[in-house]
Amino acid sequence: MEQNLTTEKQIANPFSLILHLHPRKVRKSALRFNLTFGLGGMAALLVVLQVVTGLLLKFHYEPSPENAYNSILNLQESLFFGRVLRNIHHWSAIALVWIAFLHMLRVIFTGAYRKPRHASWIFGLVLLILVVLSNFTGYLLPWDQLSYWAVTVSTSLLTYVPIAGEFIRETLLGGKEVGQPTLTNFFNLHTGVLPLLMIIIMGYHFWRIRKAGGVIVAEKDRDSPMVDTDPHLLNREFVVAMVLLASLSLLSSLLDAPLRERANPSFSPNPAKAPWYFMGLQELLIHFHPFFAIVGFPVTVLAAACWLPYIKLEDRNQGIWFLSDKGKRSAKLALASGIFLTVLFIGLSELLPDPELLLPFVPSLVTKGFIPFAILSVTLWFFLKQIQKKLSLNRSEIIQSVIILMIVSYTVLTLTGIFFRGEGMNLMWPWKV
Amino acid sequence: MKKTVESNDATSEKGRRDFLKKAWKILGVVAAAEFVFFFISLLKPSKELKKSNPGSTIRIIGNIEDFLPGTVTPDRINKLYILRDSKGGFLALSLICPHLGCSVLWDETRKQFDCPCHSSAFDRYGVVLSSPAPRPLDYYPVILEEGKVKVDLSQKAKRRKFETSQLTYAI
Repeated sequence: MEQNLTTEKQIANPFSLILHLHPRKVRKSALRFNLTFGLGGMAALLVVLQVVTGLLLKFHYEPSPENAYNSILNLQESLFFGRVLRNIHHWSAIALVWIAFLHMLRVIFTGAYRKPRHASWIFGLVLLILVVLSNFTGYLLPWDQLSYWAVTVSTSLLTYVPIAGEFIRETLLGGKEVGQPTLTNFFNLHTGVLPLLMIIIMGYHFWRIRKAGGVIVAEKDRDSPMVDTDPHLLNREFVVAMVLLASLSLLSSLLDAPLRERANPSFSPNPAKAPWYFMGLQELLIHFHPFFAIVGFPVTVLAAACWLPYIKLEDRNQGIWFLSDKGKRSAKLALASGIFLTVLFIGLSELLPDPELLLPFVPSLVTKGFIPFAILSVTLWFFLKQIQKKLSLNRSEIIQSVIILMIVSYTVLTLTGIFFRGEGMNLMWPWKV
Repeated sequence: MKKTVESNDATSEKGRRDFLKKAWKILGVVAAAEFVFFFISLLKPSKELKKSNPGSTIRIIGNIEDFLPGTVTPDRINKLYILRDSKGGFLALSLICPHLGCSVLWDETRKQFDCPCHSSAFDRYGVVLSSPAPRPLDYYPVILEEGKVKVDLSQKAKRRKFETSQLTYAI
């Protein structure tokens, strides 16, 4: 009955198809900006923006090692707004990785991964991986020194996967080295397979959120009144979208996307670095045996992330940032300890003599693998015992502390790799890199 | 689904349906696996191998007398270094660092190969002087024919250590 009243309004609205992505009414408490910061919506908008700018770029780009670089130069120098177009695509891609990551943090710290939102969480992880893969496959396309060597270095990381590593790398590259088949593979993944998968999974992601009753809110806010999506939610989304688009346009008109010299397969730049979001892995590889850095840690983290929504939790603090006052305190503690411990770890690993040279008769899987891993585990266990005793945390708060420790240490590793590693990947101050 | 049969043989009917449902599921999994296999084989390297006819992987690097004993000569087009050691033995070393695939550079003063990416170092025979490189530089057997130095690019070999059998001597 009520539906009939709105039909006329919906037919009159030319955007009513897009409106179908929303429920007709939303809970008033779910509109609070600092509950979600609009991050999921921003990520969705960025995907749309990437599709649009990407489709335009495709008209000028030629996926061959001979012409790819020149087609980018040509696009930038002789095409009306060509440079800005590439800049928007470049900066939005980086923004998308950031915002998707922050969106994930929001979901973690408001406990929105728990049932009944578990499917959204799992498919959210898949989307995050697809975002990173899209970014990575796009990284190669300009075919300059930066992209060629970043892809060479990061696909070489794969060769350390036992048994299947070489096979995976050669499948991805279409050969033993980065070349024409690689460019063909990456171009088709980047402009066809990955965006298509992403859009389909996004649909499912959204649908499951609606099935779970929309955005998570705290228990005390669950009986707040329902209001019309149009205009209450739409106006807010519009403002967020405009601010995001305006910032990206501004950034893209001021800052150019990097483009180095044309790729030269026989000269690596010094240092040769993986794309920034893989720098944490590359940094980890300096300190750990490849098996731990490339297989052990990433697989463990991914498995833990998939397992997360199925852990039994007694508290009902979902929808509240950092769960509780105790949760907030332990979160701060975990943040500070994470930074301190990781910096300490990097420092010690730099100052202490290389265990491989010290104990040349012991396999490096032990000296650079099991021993540091054991030290790390004991430190973590000790830290958790301490804060659990001090603050008498419940299970959710402990899990939250572990997650913060992991995220903080990966962030510190990434920042170290990007800003503190110069020539020969040696540790130095950022202004000397 | 609506149940249409409510007779005595309902149980056998149910068994048949369950079996068919399961069969469809298995077929679905098989089809998906076939598709994945097909997709991976599309990505695989065969597309570049077909292009080159056999024999074309042998490259002439130069004349034997151009390589003096005790020198290392880069060949950037074929991405290798030709070493002729002081006793006259030839060895072709891949310039790809076995750590993460960067190109190593020959340092003439220190007589070693340096990797710019993670500062691995190798001696003139490609043996690791400092990690993180996990193994020596890959090598190609050198062919000496008709006064020319030739390398078969398809014969790239990994190795654990340097052996004199990897060297080729001019007769």
